[in-house]
Amino acid sequence: MVGFLILLIAFVLTFPLYGGAYPTRVLIVMLMYTVLAVSWAMFSGTTGYMSLAPAAFFGTGIYSTALLQHYLPFPVIIVIAGLISFVLAFLLGLVTLRLKGIYFTIFSFGLVVFIGNTINYVEAEIFGRHGWIFEALDRTMLLYTMLGLAVVTVLAAYFISRSRLGLAMRSIGGNEEAAEHMGVNTTRIKVLTFAISAIFMGAAGVVVAPSLSYSNSGIAFSVTYSFIPIVAAVLGGMGQLHGPIIGALVFGFLEKTLKATLLTYFMLGFGIIMVVVILFLPNGLIGLVPILRDKLGGVIQKLRKGGQAEQHADT
Amino acid sequence: MPILEGQGVTKYFGGLAAVSNVDFHVDRGEILGLIGPNGAGKTTLFNLISAALPASSGEIRFKGQKLNGLKPHQICRMGIARTFQEIKVFPNMPVLQNVLVGAFFGSPKRVSGADAAGEASQALEFVGLSAVSTAPVKDLTLVSQKRVEVARALAAKPELLLLDELMAGLNPAEVSEAMELVTRIRDKGITIIMVEHVMKAIMGISARVMVLHHGEKLADGTCNEIACNRKVIEVYLGEETHAGS
Amino acid sequence: MAEAERLLGLAVIGILAGGVYGLLAVGLSLQIGVCRVLNITHGEFAMLGGVLTFTLVELGINPLVAPVIIGPILFGIGFLLQATLFKGIKVRAPSPAAFEGNALLAAFGVMYIISYIARMEFGTRALPTHYLTEGLQFLGVSIQLNLIVGFAVAAVLGIAVYLFLTRSRLGRAIRATAEDQPTAELMGVNTNTVLALCFGLGAMLAGIAGTLISLRSDVNTGIGFNNTIIALIVVTLGGLGSVPGSFVAGIIIGIVSMMVAGLWESVLIVPVYYAMLMVLLLARPTGIFGKK
Repeated sequence: MVGFLILLIAFVLTFPLYGGAYPTRVLIVMLMYTVLAVSWAMFSGTTGYMSLAPAAFFGTGIYSTALLQHYLPFPVIIVIAGLISFVLAFLLGLVTLRLKGIYFTIFSFGLVVFIGNTINYVEAEIFGRHGWIFEALDRTMLLYTMLGLAVVTVLAAYFISRSRLGLAMRSIGGNEEAAEHMGVNTTRIKVLTFAISAIFMGAAGVVVAPSLSYSNSGIAFSVTYSFIPIVAAVLGGMGQLHGPIIGALVFGFLEKTLKATLLTYFMLGFGIIMVVVILFLPNGLIGLVPILRDKLGGVIQKLRKGGQAEQHADT
Repeated sequence: MPILEGQGVTKYFGGLAAVSNVDFHVDRGEILGLIGPNGAGKTTLFNLISAALPASSGEIRFKGQKLNGLKPHQICRMGIARTFQEIKVFPNMPVLQNVLVGAFFGSPKRVSGADAAGEASQALEFVGLSAVSTAPVKDLTLVSQKRVEVARALAAKPELLLLDELMAGLNPAEVSEAMELVTRIRDKGITIIMVEHVMKAIMGISARVMVLHHGEKLADGTCNEIACNRKVIEVYLGEETHAGS
Repeated sequence: MAEAERLLGLAVIGILAGGVYGLLAVGLSLQIGVCRVLNITHGEFAMLGGVLTFTLVELGINPLVAPVIIGPILFGIGFLLQATLFKGIKVRAPSPAAFEGNALLAAFGVMYIISYIARMEFGTRALPTHYLTEGLQFLGVSIQLNLIVGFAVAAVLGIAVYLFLTRSRLGRAIRATAEDQPTAELMGVNTNTVLALCFGLGAMLAGIAGTLISLRSDVNTGIGFNNTIIALIVVTLGGLGSVPGSFVAGIIIGIVSMMVAGLWESVLIVPVYYAMLMVLLLARPTGIFGKK
């Protein structure tokens, strides 16, 4: 797995040498999906609380760029968006994570719609505008920045999962009542982790914005962004680190390359694939690998035995 | 002073009193058996002590400190750990990690990784599960899973351990092993309250026994006193000895 | 004074519209409460109801008769979804939390399937089915007859569902299953059928709500999502599992939406709902009529 990731990083680093403008954008989006998926899995994959809030933090990132792009350097905008996302997630978490999971899911979903609509209103009434144009930045720089963000996110997820915070989160996912009785302050852990995961989502929004050329509140806070990490987890397998990464990359690639040509059929096919995968491949497409390996191994075994039998028959 | 005492402890669910005006105490280092027919309020009482549920009225004090209003994780860090009637292990995590949770988070001070690992291994050895420390808990038998719960609770270094029907579902040989385990825990200086239906276990190792019925305390005293108590025999012991254990 | 009157009139419209929201929410409440599926496809069922009503009207059928045809169709769809998809997921899920997560994802997939099939058939244009649009002048506003009819139908259905759930044997079986499925199974309830029935019933109610909505506003293949949000808000406000709760909450939401649209901007409607919900959550998380 580490080898695969290193190859991937090398690939991305050298990409600008041969990749054109559009393929670079595709790669940026694929990496962005990875950031969303991994940071989402950090919280939802371990504790079992399904968050549909990523779009809220992601959109916040896009809007941070929209508002601040002419006034502040890029890295500063990333930090600001990360901070705002953290605070937003912290507040939402404080209010909703004390309750049963289903209410958390509903409210995280609502947050996206709430912020999107509120910003829509404020934009239209107070600023009298509908949407923002982004100053174009050097796309190689954007690609590398997104790559850097993806690497940071994956590393953060990795180290958190090996830390006592990760242990606490998994215990909450295993049995929240028992975890609480073993001394885990479940509310604090949930809120903290949720807020941390939001930082990366906000940052992702900041970094992808300049490559979008245009955005408005409907695009930035589109609920689809909340579902991307979930789709990635379904395709790639939930909870483990490599699952979301692979799922995000695969989905990002397919979406960007196929969607342009086949929009309706793509979304339809995608819906069907999701349903089929959930039903028959609970471990995602990654779960296919051991299954195929077994089947393939069985076939090879049979061929070998057949060959041996022939040999014995000859003697 | 008893390590744990309760006065007038009451819990209402809607109009029904699951626990009604119960006074009790547990002395340091003893094993208190808690018995009563199903629905008598035993697990509810445990839930009140561990703060899984808030009491409707009454006071519970641990080492002189009021427990009312605290949250379960705070109660654990004060020194009370428990197991559950329906086993609440962390099914997909390996045995060792289950126990590590208790080791890391069960104590009021920050525990280093090395110390926690040490506590966890010791706890696993104590219950006899060192050999399976890397197996996912859901793959173990019921008996072993119960032991994981005990190890996890022990790793939290409690002064008081609440055992909820540890012996349910065990065959007679396993019951004896469990009795021996509980005695060894007591010998380490840990006070124990055990809820049980298995009379042989309760009478065999408890210093004192408390009987609940319909949420009220029916009697409490030594095993002999309870075994000879007319009310208890009428209500409970008669059925139990017929049911066999 | 005229302004106050107008607001009152808007409130009345809100009440009438709210009845339909309540109907929409009752269906979702059944699916979440009994089948434990956070069904974000629910709005698509309403969309299908509205779109199919349009089709039937094009064929010359009176829209008020449409539910007779649409109801069973949507019931069938819901029934099949639960009986095959969600049951399949339940069987394979390692824990209730995993099931709820996977069911949500599957519902999401189904949402894409339904909305894009509809889009392939009908495109994205508006599909008007206005009916009974004559308005009664009342309190300074014009109250269309279709609003009144919509409310009446929703109320009747709501009462019927309530009586069904509380008085009939099947209703009791449903409530038992919602409370504790394994025990209900042990007591002889065929829980698989019960769950499928509930889901189907939920879808049917949503479809009929869609028909009622189509009477007064244009439907198109994209309205599903918004209706899901409204249904979610109403269910949470009114309390999961309570039919009267869904209706009361629906009416409240209806009033609020008309007030916000009348006084401020329609765009602010959802933020206001959300703020209301957040406040409610702090005070009484299970909703107005919810069980703790």
